Amino acid sequence: MSEAAQASPLQTSMSEEIAIQMIDVHKWYGEFHVLKDIKLTVNRGERIVICGPSGSGKSTLIRCINRLEEHQRGQIIVDGVELTNDVKQIDAIRSEVGMVFQHFNLFPHLTVLENCTLAPIWVRKTPKSQADEEAMEMLTRVKIPEQAQKYPGQLSGGQQQRVAIARSLCMNPKIMLFDEPTSALDPEMIKEVLDTMIQLAESGMTMLCVTHEMGFAKTVADRVIFMDEGEIIEQNRPHEFFNNPQSDRTKLFLSQILTH
Amino acid sequence: MADTTQDYTPGSHPDLPPPSSEVGVIGWLRHNLFATPLDWALTILAVYLIYVLVVPALDWMLFSADWAGETRDDCSREGACWVFARVWSKVFIYGRYPVEELWRVNLTFIIQFVGLAALMIPGVPYKKWTGIFLLIPYPIIAFFLLYGGAFGLEPVETSLWGGLMVTLVIAEVGIVASLPIGIVLALGRRSKMPIIRAICVAFIELWRGVPLITVLFMASVMFPLFMPEGVNFDKLLRALIGVAMFSAAYMAEVVRGGLQAIPKGQYEAAQALGLSYPKVMTFIVLPQALKLVIPGIVNTFIGLFKDTTLVLIIGLFDLLGVVQLAATNPDWLGFAVEGYVVAAVGFWIFCFAMSRYSMYMERKLETGHKR
Ligand SMILES: Nc1ncnc2c1ncn2[C@@H]1O[C@H](COP(=O)(O)OP(=O)(O)O)[C@@H](O)[C@H]1O
Ligand SMILES: [Mg+2]
Repeated sequence: MSEAAQASPLQTSMSEEIAIQMIDVHKWYGEFHVLKDIKLTVNRGERIVICGPSGSGKSTLIRCINRLEEHQRGQIIVDGVELTNDVKQIDAIRSEVGMVFQHFNLFPHLTVLENCTLAPIWVRKTPKSQADEEAMEMLTRVKIPEQAQKYPGQLSGGQQQRVAIARSLCMNPKIMLFDEPTSALDPEMIKEVLDTMIQLAESGMTMLCVTHEMGFAKTVADRVIFMDEGEIIEQNRPHEFFNNPQSDRTKLFLSQILTH
Repeated sequence: MADTTQDYTPGSHPDLPPPSSEVGVIGWLRHNLFATPLDWALTILAVYLIYVLVVPALDWMLFSADWAGETRDDCSREGACWVFARVWSKVFIYGRYPVEELWRVNLTFIIQFVGLAALMIPGVPYKKWTGIFLLIPYPIIAFFLLYGGAFGLEPVETSLWGGLMVTLVIAEVGIVASLPIGIVLALGRRSKMPIIRAICVAFIELWRGVPLITVLFMASVMFPLFMPEGVNFDKLLRALIGVAMFSAAYMAEVVRGGLQAIPKGQYEAAQALGLSYPKVMTFIVLPQALKLVIPGIVNTFIGLFKDTTLVLIIGLFDLLGVVQLAATNPDWLGFAVEGYVVAAVGFWIFCFAMSRYSMYMERKLETGHKR
């Protein structure tokens, strides 16, 4: 991985199959060292679940990937482009990377359909009629086409989160980031959102999910990453990760979430 | 539970009508006017006050008032004499604008009235184009109609303008200019760039810290001192700039309040979709922030509308100014009260209309989202 940092020709040839590369990434919030020497390579089509105790830096890590947070050291290369301060480049990367938030963050003043078509129309310059059509397709995919003319405030939490997923998908992203997409939902709504995510995973999307839904991790993840105190402690295939955790901290974490 | 008094199987109880003490006129009176002994006392006091104050006022204004006639001799003085208002009505509306050119003012009013009506009444098509027309070509048309000096229209100096016409010109220019300038200032004040932020803060605090009267005084007394000899900067224009800047500073703070209420998640979701900063602001943040502060915005508009009366200080005659002028006319001394009632009603109509329209807008923009 460290050669990749210096050798750019290698990088471009690798970018065919590598979606995200984080090389020795560090981040601080003021004095607080929140990400410590993160090394992570995500291949195209790979589905990764990130878990770890609260405050371990999971959100910060995935928010660095679309530059909602800035890292101070190391390199992050997304879709073959390194994240720098170049605003145009950041916007370009963000339009290729979808993100789903814990609290949905739908735009309350726009209808569900307008939520979905805003970015295609104004970023991709898609004609409105075509954007509408594609948005309806996506809403059908997440099984709420009949809500298209409603406002987000009129939908249940689970429906809102599915709209949020559809909104991201309307940009035809190459990568999807999920930050605890089911944590703010009532129990009976978690399944409908997870089903949507499983369906997305089966379509071959590159996905990074911060979640504590271990059932989801076992079914769809190619790799589970465990973070604690800003470091990646352990990563493994789900079967090994759950049945044969290596570090004590992982064991402790798993025992806590599985018994609770 | 085998309760013998239960007439319905559980889950099948029908809705019964409420008792008469809860609904209808009786219910309303009981809940709102006579709920407690204190409510009884307040209700009786209110009725008494209405009898003592409102009844004589109505009598003076309507029932004992004089309506017909041409001179002050037609006034019986038992009530208000609206002959005064009739005789002076042209001056109240147009000031000293030349009589043979009044059609120009009327035409300007009418175009605007039709345009605004088309914009505000739901269901009228071409709202976008009407809005664009009112914002861009209309001010130019209005300028040439009112001021003249081109297209064969006689120039009419602004010193001849007066009355309601001046009130509306100042208020509307102030309203139309202050909102966009205020938005830019509010965004600038939250900018990450220190220089831009400093300029905006300085501008806002400077204008907010000075009374409008001072601004107008400085505009009319001090400004000419700095201008080269012979350059005459129109008085009305100076007042317009002063009022617009003054209101823009207030508007900036109102808008900033709205911006602060927008959760960070809205910015993040918009940015994560690849929207650039101007687009995030235009499509996501400002629409929500402005909707949130409609009451504050309209409050500023209403304040501005009434502050236009201060231009009297620099020798411009707005509605209140011409009313005072008429009331001090030697032929019509003693009708000041009637004059002030006319001015008050005039101002109230416009301010009340703005207030109602803002309430309508708030309801219309409600999307069921609770913060
Ligand atoms: N904007 C911020 N400023 C300062 N500290 C922050 C900020 N955001 C998060 N943190 C801190 O960084 C740590 C990691 O946060 P986060 O990435 O949200 O953790 P997680 O998602 O794993 O719960 C936490 O201790 C949190 O308090
Ligand atoms: Mg988090």
